[in-house]
Amino acid sequence: MELSTIQVLLIFIFGTIAGMGSCLDEMQTHRPLIACTITGLILGDMTTGIIIGGTLEMIALGWMNIGAAIAPDAALASVISTILVVAGHQDVASGIAIAMPLAAAGQVLAIICKTVSVVFAHKADSYAEEGNLWGIDICHYGALLLQGLRVGVPALLVAMTIGTGAVQGMLDAIPQVITGGLQVAGGFIVVVGYAMVINMMGAKYLMSFFFLGFVVAAFTTFNLIGLGVIGLVLAITYIQLNPKYQAVAAAPAGGNAAASGADDDLDDELD
Amino acid sequence: MEKKLTSQDFFWAFIRSNFLQASWNMERMQNLGFCFGMVPVLRRLYEGEELKQAIKRHLEFYNTQPFVTAPIIGITAALEEKRANGADIPDGTINGIKVGMMGPLAGVGDPIFWGTLRPITAALGASFALSGSILGPILFFVLFNAVRLWVRWYGIKYGYTKGTDIVQDIAGNKLQKLTEGASILGLFVMGALVNKWTSVNIPVVVSEITNAKGEHVVTTVQGILDQLMPGLVPLLMTFACMALLRRKVNAIWIIFGLFAVGIICYALGIMNVK
Repeated sequence: MELSTIQVLLIFIFGTIAGMGSCLDEMQTHRPLIACTITGLILGDMTTGIIIGGTLEMIALGWMNIGAAIAPDAALASVISTILVVAGHQDVASGIAIAMPLAAAGQVLAIICKTVSVVFAHKADSYAEEGNLWGIDICHYGALLLQGLRVGVPALLVAMTIGTGAVQGMLDAIPQVITGGLQVAGGFIVVVGYAMVINMMGAKYLMSFFFLGFVVAAFTTFNLIGLGVIGLVLAITYIQLNPKYQAVAAAPAGGNAAASGADDDLDDELD
Repeated sequence: MEKKLTSQDFFWAFIRSNFLQASWNMERMQNLGFCFGMVPVLRRLYEGEELKQAIKRHLEFYNTQPFVTAPIIGITAALEEKRANGADIPDGTINGIKVGMMGPLAGVGDPIFWGTLRPITAALGASFALSGSILGPILFFVLFNAVRLWVRWYGIKYGYTKGTDIVQDIAGNKLQKLTEGASILGLFVMGALVNKWTSVNIPVVVSEITNAKGEHVVTTVQGILDQLMPGLVPLLMTFACMALLRRKVNAIWIIFGLFAVGIICYALGIMNVK
């Protein structure tokens, strides 16, 4: 499908916003749920965008920037894979598979940009010497723009070439055994994201709740909201009954008053 | 005349703090971003040489979970305000409090926001989105950002009002309760996701018999596994991934590995789409 000039331009603008979002990690415009939906909307097929977004979001659930670690890039993966599926007429499973190397490439680009940002930080130092507040703002925005273009420019290139026969031919040449295999893998690829979240929590002694969640989900038909409520109730109950917290709360009241202090604390919680 | 921060200053610090990570760099990480957020505050309190010094003070190394920066901005603003009014607060104290808080607060912010809030709102959104419903992306966007903006806004106010007392709150068990509670909720939902939002089908036939009633009964590997415990294969895969991740294998490589498993198993007929 040949994209119109307006569509190509909009892809570039949104790609840039998603790239900025990926660095800021605030509004979550870089997350597949949002980025794929909006890219789909621009290309005239929002529903497909939403489905890719939902599928990719589950895979990317554990992609997060913790400390100094930089996550695989959801922005580049989301925008380009949606273009390939909607405008390149691929199925969702192939789109997801193509998204993975894109996420890795985006991650490398992000690391490069964050290294280049050191230059902006140094420039800001010299503006600070001069007391130039405006200069400091410009350095900050400059680094952000770089992060935006990191996704905007590759997205623009893909959007401009997607209509050409060569790209279409390449995409259509993927054999059936690969697309079928990707579909199969799509069913369990999400476990990587789940594993990342579980590892991140670093709370081995709470793993019993993981198994409880697993078993409850296995033998009931509750949806995610229902399961979430059960999880919340468990969490509150655990905190309320845990002697660890009651002992700490009672400590200042002295040894004798420990029991009553704990009661008071519990009453406060319930109020 | 006593210098006092206005609600307008806090408003702009709040708006600017949303751009904390724009210039995240490999050298001092969020240093420029933190300073960028503090600019409205510093501009109100200082001028000339003092302003230069204040700006430089906040360009030191800084890195934490982005949303919990809010209380740190609040408490730093309170300290700077006291200092601007003549209190003897050396540079080292302000930086010491910043650095002392960013570690423990990241320890709370990471499991709560990245480990629980985002995966849960995202999974909720994705569960709707998989059927093509626009409700999915909207739910995720609204829920996540509502909590995020609330934390950012009240965090600044809270840090400013409480000042250095906040250090006691961090040491106390309030935040520990919150972190532990969030971890329980997060792990419970992850368990449910591993079971429900995965699909593995192993259609390999174990036995084919015609029973006494004359019905043709086919038993597949998947059928046997489902009788034992539905979702057993994804559970084992999750554990394998956890072990690989702990050995510092890049997540993208694991994903490629699983794609290869999918393609090979499909080609050999061991696995199929349900």
